[in-house]
Amino acid sequence: MKPHFQLLEKELIERILGEAFQLIENPGVRVAPYVFDLLREAGIAVKDGVARIPEPLARSLLARVPREFYLYDRKGNRAVHYGGNDVHFDPGSSCLNILDAESWQPRPAVSSDLVRLVQVVEMLPQFAAQSTAVVCNDVPAEIGDWYRLLLVLWHSEKPVVTGAFSASSLHVLLELLAIESGGREALRNKPRAVFDVCPSPPLNWSEFASQNLVDLARAGVPAEIVSMPLAGATAPVTLAGSVTQHAAECLSGIVIHQLAHPGAPIVWGGAPAIFDMRSGRTPMGAIETAMLDVACAEVGKYLGLPTHAYLVAGDGRVIDAQVEMESGISAVLGALAGINMISGAGMLDFLACHSIEKLVIDAEAIASAQRLIEGIEARGDSLALAAFAQTGLQGDFLKLKETRALFRKEQHFPSAVIDRGLHASDTTALDILQRARQRVEELLASYQRHPLAPEREEEMLAFAQREGKKAGLEGLPGIPTLEYARETGLIQ
Amino acid sequence: MGRISDETLNAMRQSIVDGAPDTASDLARRAIAAGVEPLEAINDGFVPGMHAVGEQFARGQMFLPDMMASAEAMRAAMAVLDPELKKQGADRPVAGTVVLGTTKGDIHEIGKTLVGTLLAAHGFRVHDLGVDVSAEQFASKARELNADIVGVSALLTTTMRNQRGVVEALVKAGLRSQTKVMVGGAPVTRQWAEEIGADGYAKDAMTAVALARSLMEQKPVPEPA
Repeated sequence: MKPHFQLLEKELIERILGEAFQLIENPGVRVAPYVFDLLREAGIAVKDGVARIPEPLARSLLARVPREFYLYDRKGNRAVHYGGNDVHFDPGSSCLNILDAESWQPRPAVSSDLVRLVQVVEMLPQFAAQSTAVVCNDVPAEIGDWYRLLLVLWHSEKPVVTGAFSASSLHVLLELLAIESGGREALRNKPRAVFDVCPSPPLNWSEFASQNLVDLARAGVPAEIVSMPLAGATAPVTLAGSVTQHAAECLSGIVIHQLAHPGAPIVWGGAPAIFDMRSGRTPMGAIETAMLDVACAEVGKYLGLPTHAYLVAGDGRVIDAQVEMESGISAVLGALAGINMISGAGMLDFLACHSIEKLVIDAEAIASAQRLIEGIEARGDSLALAAFAQTGLQGDFLKLKETRALFRKEQHFPSAVIDRGLHASDTTALDILQRARQRVEELLASYQRHPLAPEREEEMLAFAQREGKKAGLEGLPGIPTLEYARETGLIQ
Repeated sequence: MGRISDETLNAMRQSIVDGAPDTASDLARRAIAAGVEPLEAINDGFVPGMHAVGEQFARGQMFLPDMMASAEAMRAAMAVLDPELKKQGADRPVAGTVVLGTTKGDIHEIGKTLVGTLLAAHGFRVHDLGVDVSAEQFASKARELNADIVGVSALLTTTMRNQRGVVEALVKAGLRSQTKVMVGGAPVTRQWAEEIGADGYAKDAMTAVALARSLMEQKPVPEPA
């Protein structure tokens, strides 16, 4: 038996869905002109920018959504399974700041930070996927979204959780992926990336988000709805009310998406949070935020859909006990809830700051959560009788063959980030921040880049240089051969 | 003109603390009917209520929904008293004129609206430009209203960058010397405010009120014409 955590009773989930279906018809959902015709052709009334979606139509479109799909690594292997209770983790996304590991102060992230982060994540098996984790402040803002993806594709072979910052730039990101995959059809057949698309609470699919949904469906590249009700501010204050709004936002997104291309892959996901009634902030580490994430995913699971949530983030400004307590608790809850993709690791300060050192600590919390959901297994014919038959009451279990054969399956061995007393003397004991910093350096030292096929590599660089030049970018920061292209005269 | 009894002043104050708009407007109407000076009702009755709310909020004894209710009660009282002031040819002294909005590309409203509500409750004249506001719109409204302060909100890390554009637009419009800029929003930090040349950063709505007051104190007193 695999342990599983359930927060909502079946009756409550059905009530949530019942109200969510009512909400998308009345008051309806705000949609953008880009999808007016698409919706009207399906018989949905759109008036004053508000679509009223009838439940039977929404249900019929819901039935077309694939119950599972895979993301592929660069080699074309299935690497992430969206579906069932499979659990994967990826780092948080699109952060502007990074926690400097020398000063422990936040500062604007640059390309070299993203490269380090990607390389560390590449070496950590706890992360099944990369994310376009930080925005590189050393490249022009208008190319910020695709430039992150370029660096991830260049330095990693893992699948990627990403997203566009505008309707038009989505096509640049898709083109980069197509070059890497060997064409649009290859990308459709074996997608390497999933794209986050965010409705605006409450119940609003903006021009940018609507267009992303439609264009991703048509490209056959998976979309991940990241609905973000803020309980008490942009959504009802009750957790159940916010989960209902989340469901309505997801249902309406699925309607737009499936009308654009029936059967296209899409994820029931989100980053819901409570709204703190003292500070007006949105604590990602609050237990109620984790409860919202888990409950929203449960509703998606009830419909049989792939799921996503935003957990493993803490709210303190530095890596401290609070941040790691919050991150660890939510990692465990998300894993127990069987959420397919859990984003957020590495993030602190209300998602305002990313940290590579926090990522390696979070990786230990994730490893513990992953061990937990493996559960307790009865191995062999007896549980304890055979072992006692060999050692009797002497209790010398360490010498048993069974012990040697099974201890690796039973116990997870954390990295040196976790103090298990291996360096017990006062002089060698490092604190957690020092251990994390050391671990980052070790992982970076062990990282080795696997190049793409030469012709794809050339095509990708030529494309990136061309697109970058339009925004005034010279050279390609974060790609060593072209980092100093300007100085070396490689670029005219 | 009649004087207001201490009992009535206390009731006015309490109506704001309780966040009771019906009671507040009722007390305001009764005061006017009794011939009370509107300014006295405002300054000695209702405003102390907002001050008490601010203090209790700072002590963690009141929460944002309470504060919103108090601001609504304040608005209800002012809806009765403002026209009376105007009849007398007077205006309530304005703490300052603020142009507010959420930056270009960002449609998040809540933080900015909260700040606007509280600034208005604390005597500022607030013009809310709404969401997805371009730098030029901020500058042009600031010029039109001769604004003392421009407040720019951003919830997303990606749209926070556009706050810099608002500072630049004010410089370009030649308004920077007379218009203070304050920035806020979840990803915004003090360092960011300094980096883009804003005059201040507020981490929450109550701090934004305190910041706006202190920015007004920094402003040079206009020379008499």
